[in-house]
Amino acid sequence: MSDLLLELDHLACERDDRLLFSQLSARFYAGDLVQILGPNGAGKTSLLRIIAGLTPASAGDIRYKGQSLSSSRWQFAQDSLYLGHLAGIKKSLTPEENLQWFIAQQAVQSDIASALKQVGLRGYEHTPCDQLSAGQFRRVALARLNLSAASIWILDEPFTAIDKSGVAMLEVLLAQHQAKGGMILLTSHQDLALSGIKRINLEDFTSVHETA
Amino acid sequence: MQHSVWAGFFSHLQRDFRLLARHKLELLNPLVFFVLAVSLIPLGLGPEKKVLAALAPGIVWIMALLASLLSLENLFRSDYEDGSLEQMLISPQPLYFVVLAKLLVHWCATGLPLTLMSPLLGLLMSLPETGYLPLMASLLLGTLSMTLIGGIGAALTLSARRSGLLLSLIVVPLYIPLLIFGASAVQTAIDFSQYQMQLAVLGAMAALGLLAAPFAIMGALKISQE
Repeated sequence: MSDLLLELDHLACERDDRLLFSQLSARFYAGDLVQILGPNGAGKTSLLRIIAGLTPASAGDIRYKGQSLSSSRWQFAQDSLYLGHLAGIKKSLTPEENLQWFIAQQAVQSDIASALKQVGLRGYEHTPCDQLSAGQFRRVALARLNLSAASIWILDEPFTAIDKSGVAMLEVLLAQHQAKGGMILLTSHQDLALSGIKRINLEDFTSVHETA
Repeated sequence: MQHSVWAGFFSHLQRDFRLLARHKLELLNPLVFFVLAVSLIPLGLGPEKKVLAALAPGIVWIMALLASLLSLENLFRSDYEDGSLEQMLISPQPLYFVVLAKLLVHWCATGLPLTLMSPLLGLLMSLPETGYLPLMASLLLGTLSMTLIGGIGAALTLSARRSGLLLSLIVVPLYIPLLIFGASAVQTAIDFSQYQMQLAVLGAMAALGLLAAPFAIMGALKISQE
């Protein structure tokens, strides 16, 4: 059941000559839900961006199913989904058009209408995204979770801007994904009441000493 | 896999054309500049046909160049700012086709209309009859290269906050060969009714750009995320 999906090997991240964290090693298995903790500026977003493959790590290696990411980039791209601070949603397009584009990138065919319905945007399919509220806008991005077949979810602050029912909906989604053998890596400032949540505190990997 | 690469490519084309259709004013900006700038020349220089005709090839080409420069900054900017670029970079789609689709749409929105508009401006500048076809042909190939070269500049300056000046400084020197061959194609067509050589050079530049520029842009886009 618990297959090794992702392995961080002595990862380090440096920003503007400041060492954010180093010697970060961890193993993530199928069914894991991991919350990255740390104060503002600790490097939570940086860590997620490194894992998603947007920025290179200063040191260390990431292995996907035992293979270094540099040699399995494409497989990993197919099997992962990254939701950052920026939603990646075009404001002048409708939710449906935005998701059509997303689907074509991922090569998974899914039902956009039902994905939008699940995030509570039924009836807004054809409303340009700049007429949606901040929370609804965020929900369009979250609708991707319903469309993707990826098993690794990398979510940066997925709970921002959405209301209580939205949070509940997202928690159900996360639990379902976990049950299906997916893996979730997220940052959040909220205390999550999800079962089996694992936590990594980046403060444990901050070295007090300057880099050599 | 073949199928989904094309599906991804076409969905990009579709998306960018849709965006274009919803931002019509942005589309008009370089065109209006092109028409206004060229139509001011006869007013400034006087309606002397001989003078205008002598200047016409150079002026129309220079203005096309500046108009294209105007449109470059927005090429990747909005994708960078709303996070779409992040998604493009980590999607399983080959980035080459994504970039190619964006460039193609940009050219359809700027280069192509500039080319189609150029005979009108030739008329304003009293361009001799033999110059019209070479003007359009050279601009057709030239604007394609402008988009390709300009794309590199636009991608390189993405993470700079006020990128306009930097972008011009990077791109204009690279535009110079285009200007030289483009204007000379029209001039020699008027003088000696021969312009195949210049067109061939412009075509070669466009072909080389089509092949190489997306790779340079891909590299620059990746750097912009660091």
